[in-house]
Formats: sequence, C-alpha cells, structure tokens
Amino acid sequence: MNRRFFSVIGGAFLLTVCSPKDNGAARAAPPAPPAPANTDEVQAGATISGKIKFTGAKPTNPRIDMSEEAVCKGKYPTPPTEEGAIVNANGTLANVFVYVKAGLPASYTAPAPGAAPVIDQDGCRYHPHVFGMRVGQTLQIKNSDGVLHNIKAMGKANRPFNVSEPNSMTMPAPRPFSAAEVMVKLECNVHGWMVAYVGVLPHPFFAVTGADGSFSLKGLPPGTYTIEAWHEKYGTQTATVTVAGAAPKTQDFTFAAH
Amino acid sequence: MIHALLLLALVATQDTSAGKVVYAKWCAGCHGDDGKGEGPGARHMLPHPRDFTGAIYQIRSTASGELPTDADLLRAIDQGLPGTAMPGWKTRLSDRERRDVLSYLKTFSTFFADTTTKPKPLQFSGAPGGGTGADALRIGRQFYDSIGCRKCHGDQGRGDGPSAPTLKDDAGRPIFAADLTQNWRFNGGGTVEDIYHRLRTGLDGTPMPSFSDLLEQKFLTEEQLWRVAQYVRSLSPAEAPEVRDVIHAPRIAGPLPRAPADSAWNHVDTYWFPLVGQVIKKTRWFAPAVTGVRVQAVHTRDSIALRVAWDDRSQSPDSSWLAHIGRVFAALASDDSSGGATQPGLWPDQLAVQFPLKIPEGMERPYFLMGNATAPVYQWRWSSQGGAVAGLARGLEQFAPLAGGGTVGAQAVYDHGEWRVVLARALATADTAHELQVRTGRAIPVAFFAWDGSNGEHGTRMAVSTWYFLALDEPTPASVFISPVIAMALTLALGMLVVWRAQRLPREG
Repeated sequence: MNRRFFSVIGGAFLLTVCSPKDNGAARAAPPAPPAPANTDEVQAGATISGKIKFTGAKPTNPRIDMSEEAVCKGKYPTPPTEEGAIVNANGTLANVFVYVKAGLPASYTAPAPGAAPVIDQDGCRYHPHVFGMRVGQTLQIKNSDGVLHNIKAMGKANRPFNVSEPNSMTMPAPRPFSAAEVMVKLECNVHGWMVAYVGVLPHPFFAVTGADGSFSLKGLPPGTYTIEAWHEKYGTQTATVTVAGAAPKTQDFTFAAH
Repeated sequence: MIHALLLLALVATQDTSAGKVVYAKWCAGCHGDDGKGEGPGARHMLPHPRDFTGAIYQIRSTASGELPTDADLLRAIDQGLPGTAMPGWKTRLSDRERRDVLSYLKTFSTFFADTTTKPKPLQFSGAPGGGTGADALRIGRQFYDSIGCRKCHGDQGRGDGPSAPTLKDDAGRPIFAADLTQNWRFNGGGTVEDIYHRLRTGLDGTPMPSFSDLLEQKFLTEEQLWRVAQYVRSLSPAEAPEVRDVIHAPRIAGPLPRAPADSAWNHVDTYWFPLVGQVIKKTRWFAPAVTGVRVQAVHTRDSIALRVAWDDRSQSPDSSWLAHIGRVFAALASDDSSGGATQPGLWPDQLAVQFPLKIPEGMERPYFLMGNATAPVYQWRWSSQGGAVAGLARGLEQFAPLAGGGTVGAQAVYDHGEWRVVLARALATADTAHELQVRTGRAIPVAFFAWDGSNGEHGTRMAVSTWYFLALDEPTPASVFISPVIAMALTLALGMLVVWRAQRLPREG
C-alpha cells in the first residue's frame, strides 16, 4: 500500500483531454482538446458565437500518478496532468459547455439527432472530457486501453448507470439519456482521476470550447435566448442574446481565477 | 370473504398515509422526514442511510440504473442490509406496515410516479455444476482477475486493491470495497446466488459496476460469471464465525511460536471476536474499519503467545489514504471538543490486548473500556510504527507504558489486507505489581481494541470488544493417569489379602 500513490485529488475537476501523444507536463499549458463536433444538422437561422476569456493567475493541474496502470502510463512521454481547468495560450478557457438554456420558441422543432456520440477511454482519460448530446441518444462507450474501466454516469434527471469494460471494446450505454440535464458527470472508479461531463439537451444548440476558446451556436430561430456557459471548476455564467433573421451575434464570457 | 377482498383492495391501493406514520416512527430517525437520508442519526453512520429522493438502490434484481422492484425493496426492509446500520424489520413490523412503508418511501422520488412500466427483474440463470470444485474455482479466479475485481477488492479479496483508497459513493462519501472474506457482511447477502446477482446488477450509487453487458459483449459467459461468484463465495468460511467466550490456549511442548507464520499456529483453534465502534466516551467513533479479530493462543511451561489477526485494507501509515480519511471525517459528525483534531493525519495501525492487572477471584472485572483510576487494566499495545509495549491503562487515553516497556515481545506481518501479530511473554515476570502473572487453569479476562490509522483512527477513535476469557489449559498431571492404576492395584491386593485371610481362618463348626 505504501508504494501506491493513487492520490485522490479532490473535487469534481480532473482529467485531461488532450491526445496522449502530444501531452507533456513540461508544457505550462497543455493543449486543449478540439471541441467535439456537434453532428446534428444545422438549420437556417442566426449564429451566436463568442470566446470564453479567462482572467487571473493560470491554474495548475495536478499530475496524475498512473504507476498502477502501466498500459496507460506508457502512453505518455511525461506524466500527464488532470484537466480541471485548462487555460489556452491565447488566454481563453477550454472545456466550457455553452448552450441555449431557454428561449426557444414553442413552435421550434429540433432536427433529428445525428450519430451517437462516442466517449473513448484512452490513456486512462476520457476523450472528450466535456461534450454535449441530445435527449434520446445512446452514448457509445469505447475502451482503447484494454485495461479495466468502469464507467459510471451520475445523472439526477436521468437514471444512472455503472457498467464495466475490462478490455478493448465499444459498447452502448445501457439506455439512452432520456431527460435534459446539464451536466451529467461520468467517472471511473478504478482510476479516481477519470471524470467527464456530458450536457444532455433536447435541441442542437450547444458547443464546447477547444484550444482557441471559441464557441458557435448555429441555426437559431429568431428570439431572445438565455445562453449559459458552464465550466466544471468556475461554475456558470449566463447572458441574454436576441437574434433576428440570420444576423450573427457575438457574446463573450469571462471567467476569473479563484 | 368480503373481509379478505377488502384487505386485498387496501393492499392494492397501497395506502401511503399509513406508510407515512410507520415511516415517521421507525425510519425518519436515519432517513429523515424528507427521505433525503439526513435524519438525526445519519451523521453517525457510514455507509450513510439511503437517500430515497434519487431512487438509486444498491440491492436490486434489475439492470444497472433501473428502479428496483417492490420485491427488491421489501427484501431490504425485511432483511436489512448486513454490514450497515439498517436492520431487518420483518419481525418488528407487521406485513401490512412493511408494505405501507414501502409504498410511502416510493413517493419520495418522481421516478416511481410512472406506474405504467414496472421495473423488470433480470433473468438469472441457475448455478452451473461443479460449483466449488478446484477447476471451477480456478476458472472463477481467472475471471476475477480479468474482469478487474482485484482492482478494488484486492488480490486476496480483503478490499485492499490499488483503487480502494479512492472509492466514493455518489454523494462523494467514502466507501470501502467489500472485504470478500466476510460474506456475512455483504449488503445484499452472502450466498453464491446473492453474489451472482450483484455481479449482474451492480450496486447502484456505489463504484461497483454491473457486469451484465459483458455477457452481451461475449466477453464471458453466464457460466464463467457464475464461476466468479463461486470463487468469491469460496473466500469466506462456510459459516459466519460464531463467538466463543473462552480462548483455550493449549500447552505445547515445542518452542513458543513467536513468528506469525510459524506452522505451529496451523494446529491451534481460532477464536473470532467482533469489534464495534467506541461510542461511549468522547471522542466517539462510529465508523470502525476493523470489524473483528481472530485470536489463537498457546503456552509452554513458562511462556504464552497470542496470535491476533484482523483484516485491514491498508498498512498504515500510508499517505495514499489521506484523502479517504478526509472524506471519513467530513462524512461523520464529530463530538470532538478540542476542534482541529479532524485534520487527516498519518496514523499507525494499532492493537491493544487487555487483561486485568490480577486474575480476579470472583466475577468482578475492571471496566472493560480500559479500566479507570482506581481499577487499572494491564495492556499489551502494539503499533505498526513501534512494536509492542506493556503498560497500565486507567481509562481511555490514560495508558502509561511500564518502565522499559514491560516484557512483552511482538512480531507482525502485513500481507494482502491482513495483519497477523504475535504477542509473547513469560507467564511469570519480576514486576508482579504492574504485570499480570499468568497462571494455568484460570479464566483470565481478556479484551481487544484495534485502530486502523488509514481510516482516521487514533486515540479514542477505535474499535472495541467486551471482556472475554483466556484459559491456559493445564497439562494433564501424571497423577491423573497413575492414580487409577495404583487404586486398582491396591484394591486387588486388599481383595487378595481378604481372600487369603479368609482361607487361613480355621473352619468352625
């Protein structure tokens, strides 16, 4: 037991998402993940876009000790870090889930959801770390590590699940997410640092910021919207944005270090 | 007939107002009036009482994340959850009351509101043949490894796997991977069927996942999963241990077995004693990690040795458990008046074996909780950080080692979640005023205390037993065997004398 060093680094913010190959603790700011693509069909309408800015001291993410899991450890040239808070080189914040919280007209009909999202367990981290999906979709769970992971979804509005994947395989979650919920936390209990968050929405107006800290919500019908930006460590911010026709609108958000 | 129909109708409508009365009286103390598991007793319990509002239940017959069936809930109400504070209510409440309270607790969650679809139990296959044969268990062990049981439950199943220190329940409270060698404490029951069902359903709200999907993925077959269940079952004894009050220490001819691995211990009876949290004096402790000790004793002509073994998930102090300690302290209410003492620390594992200072003549014994100012107790104290010392305790935290540490010696081994500590001493010692003089053929009161440092246990935060007895069996004295022979010989000689005398007497008449 003494030799073990599975420090549980408290709290809900963990994990990195960048590709195992290009991550290095040596870098001051690990590169942020590409924003997972929203595969839903884009309808005609307005676009709300913006950047998630970050002010204050750059947070440092604790290192992950993967010594118990040689396969995962071997995927990194230098010890990987958690990604509770990734500030990009341009001073923006990655892994922010931005979505339309309210304001869709009653007459709005969402397009059918696209392909089911896949969460990959690779290098004992989740890829993506933050993502969105549509109500009714079934998450595909991939294990690229070939070591045991359990994946536990801790929904409140959605029923939870906790299934195991002891080897390289892809399998569907036991059931679709049936209710809108921002966010559902996913975690692995074998590797206490593995955490991901999924926002489940009844419409396609969501995005996750990546390495440039920008987001874009496309195809909004005319209306006044409550836009919320959610971050696992820095909480939520909301803004009210009115769009008409196809005129694009810009709405930035700023999170501050604490 | 009409009465029966009326009763049926009442049961069918499931009167939740009647259930509320039962709930308020018997359940709310722990589960809270609002069903959130935050009743007045909750902060003294780990695991915490169920929060009914989320409708997430560990023990079910349904798939991961599904609602439990009424039968599942009723089973938990009837039988309780072993290893937790939840008792069984079958003998305390009527059938009607238990049904009513079941209906009522479902009202705490909107998930039960949809009564159109009933939770469907999984279809479980029956156990395959060859259940406990060596081949079956070997297959079970293979899959125990390949589906990753050992990650949390450990190589030998004592809940000491590499991920064990990091485990949390859904509310972020600390949770132990089950010690698979103690099936009588399994929350959902300890039979092989119970274990198989838990593997299929998982324990929702805990880190324990479901393995049903692996059947669909053809990673393993139902039969192989049954083998896992059978292997897990084989880690516990056939029967839960029973408490026997008197430890018999046989006299052995050979040298005193001072090493925990000495083969002499294989031939000595083991006695099991349950330990519970020290909840009598401040600071009380409601979450002891050591649930019992296994004790063996032998003596030679001049010395005694006790081997005490217990399951402990960590070899303390161990910094990888610090976060766990923090979670334990955060989850439990503390009555510590000194404040600040609930910061996690690196504490050792400890054991105390307690005797009276003198073998009592009557039934009177010192206070079991480490004596008091007027009637001290004599203790052997072992720590994973400093070996053993003998000393006197005059109450909790009133232990004073003897000058030079007394004469007790200790050897300890930690292996895969188990401590085995041998404590040895001469029967008679020079310091008769401060050390118990051990004698054969007497019932010597003995009690046990244990601390798991990596569970935050130190000082008064510990697990305690009550008084039991230690008896050093007296060697059968030679006279036991010789006396009858002498008696028989004497009888024979006397008889012959009488006959001889009778024959020699002159006949009269």
